Amino acid sequence: MSGHEYTPKSKVGKWFNDRLPLLTLANHLTDYPTPKNLNYWWTFGGILTFCLITQIVTGLVLAMHYIAHADMAFQSVEHIMRDVNYGWLIRYIHANGASMFFLAVYIHIFRSLFYGSYKSPREIIWIIGIIIYLLMMAAAFLGYVLPWGQMSFWGATVITNLFSAIPLVGEGIVTWLWGGYSVDNPTLTRFFTLHYLIPFLILGLVVLHIWALHVPGNNNPIGIDIKKPSKDTVPFHPYIVIKDGFALLMFMIVFAFFVFYTPNILGHADNYIEANPLITPAHIVPEWYLLPFYAILRSVPDKLLGVIAMLSAILILAALPWLDTSKIRSAVFRPLYKQFYWILVADVLILGYVGAMPAEGLYLLIARIATAYYFLHFLVVLPVLGFKERTTPVPLSITEPILGGSPNLATVKKKDSFKDQ
Amino acid sequence: MEKKTKRRDFLFTATYAVGAVGAGAVIWPMIDQMNPDASVKALASTEVDVSAVNPGKTITVLWRGKPVFIRRRTSEEIAEARSVKLEDLKHPEKDEDRAKNPEWLVMLGVCTHLGCVPLDQKGDYNGWFCPCHGSHYDTSGRIRKGPAPTNMEIPEYKFVDANTIKIG
Repeated sequence: MSGHEYTPKSKVGKWFNDRLPLLTLANHLTDYPTPKNLNYWWTFGGILTFCLITQIVTGLVLAMHYIAHADMAFQSVEHIMRDVNYGWLIRYIHANGASMFFLAVYIHIFRSLFYGSYKSPREIIWIIGIIIYLLMMAAAFLGYVLPWGQMSFWGATVITNLFSAIPLVGEGIVTWLWGGYSVDNPTLTRFFTLHYLIPFLILGLVVLHIWALHVPGNNNPIGIDIKKPSKDTVPFHPYIVIKDGFALLMFMIVFAFFVFYTPNILGHADNYIEANPLITPAHIVPEWYLLPFYAILRSVPDKLLGVIAMLSAILILAALPWLDTSKIRSAVFRPLYKQFYWILVADVLILGYVGAMPAEGLYLLIARIATAYYFLHFLVVLPVLGFKERTTPVPLSITEPILGGSPNLATVKKKDSFKDQ
Repeated sequence: MEKKTKRRDFLFTATYAVGAVGAGAVIWPMIDQMNPDASVKALASTEVDVSAVNPGKTITVLWRGKPVFIRRRTSEEIAEARSVKLEDLKHPEKDEDRAKNPEWLVMLGVCTHLGCVPLDQKGDYNGWFCPCHGSHYDTSGRIRKGPAPTNMEIPEYKFVDANTIKIG
């Protein structure tokens, strides 16, 4: 916002805006000052909005043809694939769209981790983001059950059984979730209902996420507080709109590649076999985006502790703003954190890999080491690093290092002429 | 003045209390509707003819949507199951208590870890092996190795006659 009150130019606009200030909101969104040094890692917020809308629109269409019944669900999905006009396209967009959504969200999360976007004053944005991520996982899991294939059925069985690890009430909760004594028709119908509901909850949280973002404004690659508006900022429209739009086009190329050339590569062949409660597929794996957490679950030899470890691995992220004790946001100025960051990235990728492999022998050993390191990173490395690390000098503003020619704080301080106005 | 305030406090508290009871009365049906309904609960027990099952064979039948293993064990398997010391077991149960008729082992074919169906005649203890997360069960269906916390469950069953088992 440019600081002054916005008044629509036309009389009708003014009349309307006085009664419902939608034009003020639109003006805020277009003028919203953004740091001029945002790189392409910052375009994933827009890409994620696109993913959410794609899932909602294709999902609505699929729901017109899908039948949520244990006897008919599998057939109705095949009916969508073979009979419904463009049904194959819509379903492949929806199925691969889930993977693209997670791909984008992981980049978005790791962007935050690198540039310290979760730190004060952006903790609430971060925590809302974690809740969105949890809801995304719930929606993805519920959606995967709907085609009622073998992986659907056994994935649903395994995941719902996680609750049976809770002492005393666990079995009762599982029966309650199932609406019976095993995963069956009552389970399918309620999963369909919830799968339909959750995207709208996510949509609401996305509004809060963006609202909370617009209070302090965007973080930026050098992670400093900037004056807004100033010569360090550009208006959201057209600068960021164009940049986001270009990144979105690039992203859509990747998306389209999966949809048109390898639509089933991210899925599992067993899910084209109809659900059979008597036979568990020899090798159950969740979708790729849940594999790191699955590896953590399996690396603990105790049922309850395994479930606790898996949930903690996600929930620990919510405490991140307080676990990271460093005042410096961006990893650009944190030489040690930068290294630990890449070790964490590698650690999560390794967890994902061993999560896809059988839980035995060397794989199990690697999974255990990687699980231990994951928690070590958040519980020991980050808190200690904030006190021990010698950070490099942080510039006073975005323009100074470029126009002043030096990122050195002492040099920059002398050059008053380049300070914010 | 003080008296008036107390009266108001009482009214607030009473209102909240009644409101809470009312909210609970509305919420409970919304929660309980998800529990197994009458038609699910009414699922009859299953009678199984086991005359065609030879020693060393297992049949799987569906009961309440879950697989039930009915295994006719060989004498070696029985001997193996009965020779195990109780202190070696994670979930100590005597084989005598699990298989009243030693030749027949009737149990829910559901891994107690996360509910997969274990594979017959696999694993380190010649019993069952769960492919999902690597739990090994012995010839009595008792957990010996892996993440599962308890032995596979024995459902209620009885022999109606020499060749028929009634489950449930």
